[in-house]
Amino acid sequence: MLDAARIRADFPLLEQQENGHRLVYLDNAATTQKPEAVLAAVADYYRTTNANVHRGAYSLAIRATEAYEAARAKVAGFVNAWAPEGVVFTRGTTEALNLVAGSYGRANVRAGDTVVVTAMDHHSNLVPWQILCQEKGATLRMVELTDDGRIDLSDFGRALERRPKIVAFPFVSNALGTVNPAAQLARLAHAVGAAVVVDGAQSTPHLNVDVQLLDCDFYALSGHKMLAPMGSGALVAKPALLEAMPPYHGGGEMISRVWDDHATYNKIPHKFEAGTPNVEGAVGLAAAVDYLEAIGLERIAEHEQALAQVAIDKLTQIDGVTVYGPRDHRAGVVSFTYGDIHPHDIATILDQDGVCIRAGHHCAQPLMRRLNVPATARASFYLYNGRDDVDALAGSLVKAGALFGYVPA
Amino acid sequence: MDTSLPEPKLSTLYQELILDHYRRPRNKGSLEGPTHAVSLTNPLCGDEIDLQLRVDGDVIREARFIGRGCSISQASASMMTQLLKDKPVPQALALAERMTAMMHGDEAAARDKSLGDLRALAGVSKFPVRIKCALLPWNALTDAVKSS
Repeated sequence: MLDAARIRADFPLLEQQENGHRLVYLDNAATTQKPEAVLAAVADYYRTTNANVHRGAYSLAIRATEAYEAARAKVAGFVNAWAPEGVVFTRGTTEALNLVAGSYGRANVRAGDTVVVTAMDHHSNLVPWQILCQEKGATLRMVELTDDGRIDLSDFGRALERRPKIVAFPFVSNALGTVNPAAQLARLAHAVGAAVVVDGAQSTPHLNVDVQLLDCDFYALSGHKMLAPMGSGALVAKPALLEAMPPYHGGGEMISRVWDDHATYNKIPHKFEAGTPNVEGAVGLAAAVDYLEAIGLERIAEHEQALAQVAIDKLTQIDGVTVYGPRDHRAGVVSFTYGDIHPHDIATILDQDGVCIRAGHHCAQPLMRRLNVPATARASFYLYNGRDDVDALAGSLVKAGALFGYVPA
Repeated sequence: MDTSLPEPKLSTLYQELILDHYRRPRNKGSLEGPTHAVSLTNPLCGDEIDLQLRVDGDVIREARFIGRGCSISQASASMMTQLLKDKPVPQALALAERMTAMMHGDEAAARDKSLGDLRALAGVSKFPVRIKCALLPWNALTDAVKSS
């Protein structure tokens, strides 16, 4: 396992106390804390390089543009994108998925067509497809899950019999931590001619991702879930698909020539980056990639999976605790309930010990309905979490149990 | 970490009376022939309440609810439906105002006997993110009587 205490020293926020206790941050599937290297990169950009990109003829603006484009190349390398111009900077995964639905989807899905999603998709990889299908009169087919929280491959096969235009799924489930066989799903979907959209919000920070190996068509990621600033993220796509797609937002930067009543558009990726982009976010994202690569994604994945296993072992020893999701093929996300204690109450009690977890439906209401729970409590780990954090979680849970009259096992 | 002594703040929040209403909610279910009905959710945590009232003239004869949520929202709903029985609507709205004041730390409201068992929820005011939970049924009440 990684030396979490040493890594923690790189994260200023993690030094602070919460309610008189050491801050134990276990809500990394929601967002992550930022290392000094990322904070410094953002501050340094504003101190030395800030100007509007792709416009100015002066040296400062050229340096800003270079920093922005270098960040694009860095992100492209990080996920082995098909080409740097296949990386469109967005506000995050949500905007990236909306871009695919709003541009590719609108151009390619017609009345009577089918779009396939799964019952474990985050609302951001579900609602844009609902909107598209409602607009086009298309059918949205949701693939069911197995009892242990995996995509049901036989139902996936049945859904593909409809020869969908688009198949969308998450690489890693934000609510259960399930790691889906993404390359296999993509191969099956391609065999029936569908375009494959992968929600990479929970995989990019935690796994070694190679989009060319996955062989998807679109891959969405969020910077803030991988140590970078909020509002940074990207859509990674096959360049030929982006070339053929209509623009998403109109404005500056995305145009080539503009007349009174029409315009021609810039080449990719700029065609999809209307307006002044989030350059600080891109620069911060590049610094985050450097930080993660220096440690190594394989080691990070190994660390988190080991930590999740320790957590599952400890939590299931507490009488009344139920852990959801598969036993293996899972990332560092542990979703659980404790007897009849509502997850929101659990979160409040843990907070008094400085332990931050998420309680709720995790933007996955269809999944919660299938689990037959209104909500779960969720602890999610990252490279700066250690066994001491798991101990704090378990200790505080026992306290929650005591308040609600549960006897510790 | 010392897990033997729960924080005093937490013991105040999770009093036995609150847990009792959470586990054995009063007036849970639907009314036959309600005159007022409102559904509210707290999108933050997914707490849900369907509140139904039978108002006769200006008096709430009966209030029942169907809800899913945390101990605070469910206990608040259970206690509220008990308190509302046979209360004139203006008095019910005044109680909603007292309850809101108590949630925002008004100590006089927390001593106001007219709130009955609900005073057990005074500790919620120390947990700002949970105030919405305690007020969800009360907001449903206000919506229900004002929408008619």
